[in-house]
Amino acid sequence: MAVCIMVIVKENYPFYVRSIPVENELKFHSVVHTSLDLVDEKISAMGKALVDQRGLCPGLLYPTEDYKVYGYVTNSKVKFVTLVDSSNTAHRDNEICSMFWKLHNSYTDVTCNPFPNPGDRIRPRVFDNMVTSLMTQVC
Amino acid sequence: MEGLTLSDAEQKYYSDLFSYCDIESTKKVVVNGRVLELFRAAQLPNDVVLQIMELCGATRLGYFGRSQFYIALKLVAVAQSGFPLRVESINTVKDLPLPRFVASKNEQESRHAASYSSDSENQGSYSGVIPPPPGRGQVKKGSVSHDTVQPRASADQQEPASPIVSPQQSPPASPHTWRKHNRHSSGGNSERPLGPGPFWSPFGEAQSGSSAGDAVWSGHSPPPPQENWVSFADTPPTSTLLTMHPASVQDQTTVRTVASATTANEIRRQSSSYDDPWKITDEQRQYYINQFKTIQPDLNGFIPGSAAKEFFTKSKLPILELSHIWELSDFDKDGALTLDEFCAAFHLVVARKNGYDLPEKLPESLMPKLIDLEDAADVGDQPGEVGYSGSPAEAPPSKSPSMPSLNQTWPELTQSSEQWETFSERSSSSQTLTQFDSNIAPADPTDEKYHTNPTSPLLVKPSDLSEENKINSAVKFASGNTVDGYSSSDSFTSDPEQIGSNVTRQRSHSGASPDNTAPPPPPPRPQPSHSRSSSLDMNRTFTVTPGQQQAGVVAHPPAVPPRPQPSQAPGPVVHRPVDADGLITHTSTSPQQIPEQPNFADFSQFEVFAASNVNEEQDDEAEKHAEVLPVEKASDPASSLRVAKTDSKTEEKTAASAPANVSKGTTPLAPPPKPVRRRLKSEDELRPDVDEHTQKTGVLAAVLASQPSIPRSVGKDKKAIQASIRRNKETNTVLARLNSELQQQLKDVLEERISLEVQLEQLRPFSHL
Repeated sequence: MAVCIMVIVKENYPFYVRSIPVENELKFHSVVHTSLDLVDEKISAMGKALVDQRGLCPGLLYPTEDYKVYGYVTNSKVKFVTLVDSSNTAHRDNEICSMFWKLHNSYTDVTCNPFPNPGDRIRPRVFDNMVTSLMTQVC
Repeated sequence: MEGLTLSDAEQKYYSDLFSYCDIESTKKVVVNGRVLELFRAAQLPNDVVLQIMELCGATRLGYFGRSQFYIALKLVAVAQSGFPLRVESINTVKDLPLPRFVASKNEQESRHAASYSSDSENQGSYSGVIPPPPGRGQVKKGSVSHDTVQPRASADQQEPASPIVSPQQSPPASPHTWRKHNRHSSGGNSERPLGPGPFWSPFGEAQSGSSAGDAVWSGHSPPPPQENWVSFADTPPTSTLLTMHPASVQDQTTVRTVASATTANEIRRQSSSYDDPWKITDEQRQYYINQFKTIQPDLNGFIPGSAAKEFFTKSKLPILELSHIWELSDFDKDGALTLDEFCAAFHLVVARKNGYDLPEKLPESLMPKLIDLEDAADVGDQPGEVGYSGSPAEAPPSKSPSMPSLNQTWPELTQSSEQWETFSERSSSSQTLTQFDSNIAPADPTDEKYHTNPTSPLLVKPSDLSEENKINSAVKFASGNTVDGYSSSDSFTSDPEQIGSNVTRQRSHSGASPDNTAPPPPPPRPQPSHSRSSSLDMNRTFTVTPGQQQAGVVAHPPAVPPRPQPSQAPGPVVHRPVDADGLITHTSTSPQQIPEQPNFADFSQFEVFAASNVNEEQDDEAEKHAEVLPVEKASDPASSLRVAKTDSKTEEKTAASAPANVSKGTTPLAPPPKPVRRRLKSEDELRPDVDEHTQKTGVLAAVLASQPSIPRSVGKDKKAIQASIRRNKETNTVLARLNSELQQQLKDVLEERISLEVQLEQLRPFSHL
């Protein structure tokens, strides 16, 4: 179950944060932030290869005792990071990647909206709904 | 101030406003308080208001005369449109929208005022049910209306021109209309044009007589009009798009009898625009289309997001709501608005300005109908969005399966290659050799095929192998993913594949050393040994791709190729006769040697239980092949010998292959042990022969030495050798990749196995109980 999903823009600050259990939110945020380095590292390691049209899915970034951190990078250097509860070991990389693809799609849909300026919080409810569904579905 | 020219609509509007402010019905001077209130309702900054007042001369005069009032109103409109306040701007600014005054009552009006061109599209959705003291207002309106009747007369003419919206409305309802008008007018001329540009000339439509009712917009006002009216006045949100026409005031006298009809109509009209199924009336649509044209002349084109943003920002809605509207209306999520999308968005803006809450989903009537690509049929954006998001999401998953299948095929390939190897070993010395080659070769073709055909790896592999290897009997495996097939094909394929290419050479080395006399020219497919195997396959394999065979030669040490070449090339033919005799003996032994050696190699490799065995084996085989080369020349005799050997070995191999195949399907763990065991046996059997072989190898070496005497083929062979080397290297890399993947799979499988075993243990005690 994805306990936290965060969208980070190119400048490495969070653009959208969503957590399920409200407690320990700070912990999630810090974990996600620290894992940004891992994302970059993996990207540089992977090089130009493996850039499938769906975006770079480095997958598992770092497993901690409680959670696993998964990352995903789009072509425009927008990163999605998600924390998944370790109790769900059944999650394969592919599932995570497909989840990220869905996230990416709805993110692009949101970005098409010209009214909110880039940098504003993601307001659209559709995005929220989708994220919520993802978070519950993953679990 | 200089003369103020007002358009008819403006005239009417201002008149109404004036009358609204003219509480004391002086008709001359407007009460300052009201005026100020009105100006405040205009949502202009205070300094602007002061400026306006100064400009119009009210401050000078100390009161608002009609002219000042009109000027002030015009300036308000100017200011609201964003133009600088200048005296000259009064007359110079063209197409100025009517000043908008936002007040509780006027909200509706203001919404309506959402810039509808004053052309016949009198979508004067007045919501402005401003209920000033109706009585007074009415009275005044009556008077005012008279005054304004004349100017409105012209406006009235517009009525007929304007698409009479509310057919339903009964014109007569004069009292109602009158009342409405009163309200409207008192409400400050709800003709607040929405946004820039077109204001509705509701006045024009004046309910003068029949037209009055018609003037009302899209008439489907809800039945209880009057109540709605009242409620409108009190409850702005309902925002009836009523277009109060001052003209209707005129009709008041006559229309009084008709009480609720007109109001009902008007209300209906308004509500129909919004409440009812968010329907867009024709006039509204026409208006929208005109607006669309101003931005994008091509009606079938798109309005880019930035342009739309500018346009809709003019409506002064908060950004949040605008973004919500965009979400709803941009159906295909492309960042641009088509005509339908634009109309829907505009309609939503109008609705919002009139106080309607934005829906969560796009109403059906607003959905873009023409384009079917977006899931327009869906109700609302969200389903469509979901659909969109879903479909793209599905696409990736669909792709992913192919990838895993690819990955699977790879391991399977490697597994199969292993199996082949085992088979080769079993079948016969020569066969084993060839099989090694085939294993190598298939790796390449299979790799290619894997990329193209991710599914059914096992099937693919064998087929690929067979075709490509042609040489390799292993390819025959493809024909049937059965061990038996393998076994049978082993011996045969290996022999025939001894085509002139390096691969062929190798094949000859592998199993068909005796057979391979034919490497260069048409491989001795018809070798008697092949009879067993599906000779058809062999032919196919041969015809398929000689090159592949060469590719299959991968991993053969360069040293090996040269030897085979001479033999494969014209040499073989030559050699055959020459060496036939000598080789026969050798071949007899070579088959044994070959299997032995490969067996050894394979055995060790399999013990290691790594896919990399392939390469090693290949190398070993290659070496052995090299030795056998001279022997291979006597392909025919050798083949026969091999056949015999293969028979014995095939049994073993079949046994081994069977488990190997099974294991392939299950886990890599299984096959290796079994083949290994098999090989051990075979090796044991072979070991006694080793000595003989070694002796014979010495003979072979001697024979090989003699080979150099045939230089002519060498030249040709060099290039061929180099080509084969290249191919082999490629195959090598491919196999290495396969190897790594297989190993990964192996690890996974081992883990699973461990977990399963643990579970089993846990369950056992219960089962006993």
